[in-house]
Amino acid sequence: MLTSVAWAQSSSLMPVPGSDIAKQVDSLYTFLLVASAIACFLLIGGMVYFAYKYRRKTDSDKTPYITHSHVLEFLWSFIPFVIFMVVFAWGWWIYDEMRDFPEDAFEVHVVGKQWSWEFQYKSGRTSPELVVPVDRPIKLIMTSVDVLHSFFIPSMRVKQDVLPNRYTAIWFHSNLEGEFNIFCTEYCGVEHSSMITKMRVVSQTEFDEWLENDPNAGLSLTEIGKKTLTTKGCVACHNLNETKKIGPGFKGIWDSTREFTDGSSAKADENYIRESILNPNKQIVKGYAPAMPTFQGQIKDQEITAIIEFLKTLK
Amino acid sequence: MSAPGKNYLNWEKGIWSWLTTVDHKRIGIMYFATVMLFFLFGGIFAMLIRWELFGTGETIFGPDTYNQIMTLHGTMMVFLVIIPGIPAFLGNFFLPIMIGAKDVAFPKVNLMSYYCLIVGAVIALCALFFNGVDTGWTFYTPYSIRSYAGTVWMVAGAFIVGFSSILTGLNFMVTVHKLRAPGMTMSRMPLFVWSLYSTAILQVVATPVLGITLLLLIAERVLGIGIFDPALGGDPVLFQHFFWFYSHPAVYIMILPAMGVVSELIATYSRKTIFGYTAIAYSSLAISAISFFVWGHHMYVSGQSEVAGIIFSVLTMLVGVPTAIKMFNWIATMYKGSVRFDAPMLFAMGFQFLFAIGGVTGIMLATLALDVQFHDTYFVVAHFHYVMVGGTLMAIMGGIYHWFPKMFGRKVNDTIARISWVFIFVGFNVTFFPQFILGAMGMPRRYFDYLPQFESLNKISSIGAWTIGLGFLVGLYCVLHALKKGEKAGENPWGATTLEWTTASPPIHENFETTPTITAGPYEYR
Repeated sequence: MLTSVAWAQSSSLMPVPGSDIAKQVDSLYTFLLVASAIACFLLIGGMVYFAYKYRRKTDSDKTPYITHSHVLEFLWSFIPFVIFMVVFAWGWWIYDEMRDFPEDAFEVHVVGKQWSWEFQYKSGRTSPELVVPVDRPIKLIMTSVDVLHSFFIPSMRVKQDVLPNRYTAIWFHSNLEGEFNIFCTEYCGVEHSSMITKMRVVSQTEFDEWLENDPNAGLSLTEIGKKTLTTKGCVACHNLNETKKIGPGFKGIWDSTREFTDGSSAKADENYIRESILNPNKQIVKGYAPAMPTFQGQIKDQEITAIIEFLKTLK
Repeated sequence: MSAPGKNYLNWEKGIWSWLTTVDHKRIGIMYFATVMLFFLFGGIFAMLIRWELFGTGETIFGPDTYNQIMTLHGTMMVFLVIIPGIPAFLGNFFLPIMIGAKDVAFPKVNLMSYYCLIVGAVIALCALFFNGVDTGWTFYTPYSIRSYAGTVWMVAGAFIVGFSSILTGLNFMVTVHKLRAPGMTMSRMPLFVWSLYSTAILQVVATPVLGITLLLLIAERVLGIGIFDPALGGDPVLFQHFFWFYSHPAVYIMILPAMGVVSELIATYSRKTIFGYTAIAYSSLAISAISFFVWGHHMYVSGQSEVAGIIFSVLTMLVGVPTAIKMFNWIATMYKGSVRFDAPMLFAMGFQFLFAIGGVTGIMLATLALDVQFHDTYFVVAHFHYVMVGGTLMAIMGGIYHWFPKMFGRKVNDTIARISWVFIFVGFNVTFFPQFILGAMGMPRRYFDYLPQFESLNKISSIGAWTIGLGFLVGLYCVLHALKKGEKAGENPWGATTLEWTTASPPIHENFETTPTITAGPYEYR
């Protein structure tokens, strides 16, 4: 078994497996690759061999009249059936483990939004990257604030859709420290392909330090504001310069006059920015679509204040 | 009785006589031209997609344009090319002739079904004037409820196109039951007719569910009735159940007729009785039946219950069995045959090659634990292109070259046709095989941009796509060349044994001078 797993890693071209379940998935995949190669060899090889061997020699070739063979037909129905059932049962077995959540798992909340991920820890710490301790089962409890997303860590062989109306969950137990990709795999709009982040698997001590550490300690209000724009995913749609992305670029917004689709206008002051974050579709600036989700309940007052202070510096 | 020198092409003259015709052959040809036009556009979109994906970052256009083009490519190829491709074009033309009938059961309904396709397509394309559509061909909620206004037009168009499919299916079912010539028992029907019959059942039973779903989606968007959008109290996963309840059988609407074409081609070009006629005929029906109960395999990670996932997985495995039966029967047909390698046979063999790969990867995707990894990655993209393009489009091309002499009384230039095969077959594998590897590496689908580690395989894939494009251009030239300058074909240039080869090329308006009486099975090569 061990050798076959090692072989799977080198041959399947799958990302490095980060957990025991990932290795089991790879063993199943290796089995299916080999079985598929044999099946294709029989099907394609048989076809090519017969085509060559029985190629037309003269235009008056006679062929034997063979209508069917019950034995052959039984065999090539029954043998595939048995193989398919074995594959099904094997796939079910591993899937069952994937869906069997350990009681002692370390829980992290995940919020998907167009187009970023936010990870919320019970200590109150939030982060745009997932940081977890090694050698410990991790359970992710996930929901979305807007449309469907899907949470995918290739190295852990886990994937689950993230829905706006309820919680879904996955778990994994990484035994490998390192940095892994996280993708969104359910189409969610314009910037779907940039909804990518990282998972860092670190030692328990490093994790504890990271969790304790107040990321904002020693930072000025404007620095916290700049950071918040990243952690809350604002920069997925807004550039920090003047250029338009999905929404307007942030530079020069402060104190400017905003003209709306209904013909009215307003000055971009503190209250305007606060309203734009909490109730973004109330007034839409000319030339833009009402695309922004509300951040009501997802952002703290201090963070809004910090963002406002940072925008003031972007003249 | 038909006057000498008259056939369905010159029976009446003028464009109006075509647009108002109720002759199944002429309607078939109109579908041919229409579907090829849509295929040209769908193909251009494919080329643009691969061009954009040639390198990381923005290559020729931005993410919004990319998503719109990806959506147009998907909807057009699915609803306007692959679904009507074989049944409405080759099926319309040959089903009545193959069973010795003068026409389909309801000729006027047949014409109406053509116009449903046209009207639906026009309405769908109106979406382009309303900011377009960027939802992908699956219209998943709640994104489709919040994205551009064009979505409503596209969905309404697909709703109307659905009626084209329902009416064609209904027509074929009745025709097969009521209009068979004397002596043409069900067990003497060519396998292409059997496959069309199985397809017709799916079209009639499954398509209304899509219609209802799309109407609900429109009702939700326009009237704000909460069905699928959680913000209105709906459930987005419900939409996926409804959508795949149609769209899974729909993939068999796409592939079953192709399997029928391949059965005809293998028997004809091996000059041999088909092996396991009954098994192939009934496996088509079995696929139709089981295909209604496997839709949830598109939803293993959607949030549906684990028990549902397990049941859908085992049922999906069962569809593999009748599919395997067909593959083995085709190969057994070639045993001790007399195989000639005209272009249609090359396409039939190409079909078997690509469908074998599409089939085994389908088993991988049906496997629960593996699908968790592969779902919504390029592995899925590669798999369904192997079965839909490698399967259905290869069969359409083979079918066009095979029946061209019958439809137009002229032969295609076999050398040009074989060149088109080489480009399409080689290009296809270069395009889509690397995508299996990309998917295994974890590259998600519907990505406008990708991480640097995926770049080299994407480059190979794009080069392959342009090779396929070239192959289809050669194929187009081949058809146009044959229409103008093709050598005159006799009644039966391939030495085939099914009924359509006993009438004139091109057939007369009534198909046969006198109603044929059938005394033997369809593949009596003795």
